[in-house]
Amino acid sequence: MSVAIFGATSRIARAVALRWAEDGHAVWIGARDVAEAERIAADVRVKTGVNAVAGAFDAVDMDAHPALVADIEAAVGPLDCAVLAFGDMGELDEDHTDFAAARRVIDVNFTGAASLCEAIATGMAERGAGTLIGVGSVAGDRGRQSNYVYGSAKGAFALYLQGLRNRLFKRGVHVMTVKLGFVDTRMTWGLKTRIPVATPEQAADAIHAAAKRKVDTLYYPPFWRAIMGVIKTIPERAFKRLSL
Amino acid sequence: MTRSQVARPERRAEVFEAFGERDGSGMLAHGLGRSYGDAALLDGGKVVLTRRLDRMLDFDPETGWLRCEAGVSIEDILETFVPRGFFPPVTPGTKFVTVGGALGCDVHGKNHHVDGCWSNHIRNVELLTASGEVVTCDREQEPELFDATVGGMGLTGITLAMDVKLTPIHNPWIAMESVRVENLDHFFEVSAESGGFTHTVSWIDCVKRGQAMGRGIFMRGRHADADEVGHAGALGKLIDVAHPLLAVPLDGPNWLLNNASIRLFNEAYFRKHPKGQKNVLQHYDPFFYPLDVVRDWNKIYGKRGFLQYQLVVPKEGDNAPLRAVLDAITKSGMGSFLAVIKEFGDISNGGLSFPIPGVTLALDFANYGAPLLDLMERLDAIVVEAGGRVYLGKDARVSRATFRRMYPEWEAWKAVRDQWDPSGVFQSDLGRRLGLVGGAA
Repeated sequence: MSVAIFGATSRIARAVALRWAEDGHAVWIGARDVAEAERIAADVRVKTGVNAVAGAFDAVDMDAHPALVADIEAAVGPLDCAVLAFGDMGELDEDHTDFAAARRVIDVNFTGAASLCEAIATGMAERGAGTLIGVGSVAGDRGRQSNYVYGSAKGAFALYLQGLRNRLFKRGVHVMTVKLGFVDTRMTWGLKTRIPVATPEQAADAIHAAAKRKVDTLYYPPFWRAIMGVIKTIPERAFKRLSL
Repeated sequence: MTRSQVARPERRAEVFEAFGERDGSGMLAHGLGRSYGDAALLDGGKVVLTRRLDRMLDFDPETGWLRCEAGVSIEDILETFVPRGFFPPVTPGTKFVTVGGALGCDVHGKNHHVDGCWSNHIRNVELLTASGEVVTCDREQEPELFDATVGGMGLTGITLAMDVKLTPIHNPWIAMESVRVENLDHFFEVSAESGGFTHTVSWIDCVKRGQAMGRGIFMRGRHADADEVGHAGALGKLIDVAHPLLAVPLDGPNWLLNNASIRLFNEAYFRKHPKGQKNVLQHYDPFFYPLDVVRDWNKIYGKRGFLQYQLVVPKEGDNAPLRAVLDAITKSGMGSFLAVIKEFGDISNGGLSFPIPGVTLALDFANYGAPLLDLMERLDAIVVEAGGRVYLGKDARVSRATFRRMYPEWEAWKAVRDQWDPSGVFQSDLGRRLGLVGGAA
């Protein structure tokens, strides 16, 4: 049994890696910062005793994705599970004067994610088994002035996963979409909000449990499903005047 | 109120980023914030929270050596290693401390008389120093820096990682017994005949005077042998008592802890322990961490909070200084709710490490304000006169002059610190108060 975690230096991804390792999976841990990925792999090895291997992964280096997946499977065996945990909100200035920055956000969160999914899905479909988990965001549920570039990329990724799930279901592969609300991570650090914030470890537990139950779309914390339900029903005529 | 800029690195590179943003206002690493005083505070400066740098990097089951980052907590070590037959070599009375904090305060526990402090089980420290250079120091390589860093109250740099030697155990159980102690002399008798126990501590009733001064409950234990527990206690089949069973939801009213209620509690606690218990098997959790079971236990003191005073004085003669301390407390009418007494061993360390050979007494007081501070000044005088000292990890109020008399090694320590940090990058409120950082004062 093996799992690959992409974008493993996030606190949630690291906790996810530990959950699967505790189940006895060999773990491949990929990040742009390879030294950091190695630290996380070492932690997984010390805590669980499983084979944990670190490697370089860059979401936007799409040409390399098929070969990377082959390398990973050579190192830890055919993947039973893959978790795409990377994401980048970028640092866009308010007037979006720099499209290159916006494009990078789209490439990391959508194009690169889709590219990796294709590379992983091929093998899983051939083997007729596997779980592919895409970690997205509630920001993808409706476009808002404050983060619509990131939101649109995550939204597109969710739509992509929906289609992939539909296709791969017939091949015995499960695709799960995770939509995260506020979790206490680097992304939300310093954020002032009255909405309860989950710990990364709680988020990882929820993802792990939902994957076992073959959940299609997981909102976490769960009340975000309701919040986004309300936000999605606001008529556009009114919504465009709001500043959410 | 203390206000600081706070960074919470999750990647090692982010520590260096935070360090790169230093601006002369001072920097300080901060672990789980369990120091009672101002050791982990830095008003107006930059505080680096190390809690998320908590990766375990290597472990050798043959020797017990664990390499881990500074943000790993004692709780993390217990959760990972008790099921595999290892225990932290030393633990303070709470497991909610990081190894970085344990190193900076050179923490001690119930086994000090046998095993010394945290630093006695550390073979090297990886430190981000003021020049921006990462230095790995040990007892051969940069030994002065190593010596200044253990018990250095975080003022020599930001600890990144260390090697700590875990202790092998057979199971999670402690074979312990409790002995009713009638007074201070009796305490020393029991302490002297407890050589067969690796862990000793005694609760003491601070309200009693005269013949009953120092009455209490002496607890002693050791990690249980393999054949002492049945299969139910075998490794891996643990009862999970690691999570708080109770929580104090709100701040208690200020009147909750007064002399009468403390007297009542002490009487009940003393009587609850019959003549003593023999050979009881107790899970390590209640044995080592009785207060961790009640999350936010400190709230019973209400909004005014509490102060702890922990002292050590050399053991000599009829222990007049210790009697003088207890006498001053009872006379003041400000009862100490939790008081703990223990004999230290002969192991002393470098830095500003607290333990010296002698007797330590830890006293919790509700914050009575000025009268309490006056009392503590009086206790300081007794302690200094006896050649003793207070624990910096729990102190927020001792004066610079008094500190220098308690820790005569401060000057040698500061010379090493200044050599590694001449411009005073690393600071803390405690360091400023005691004149440990920046130029000479």
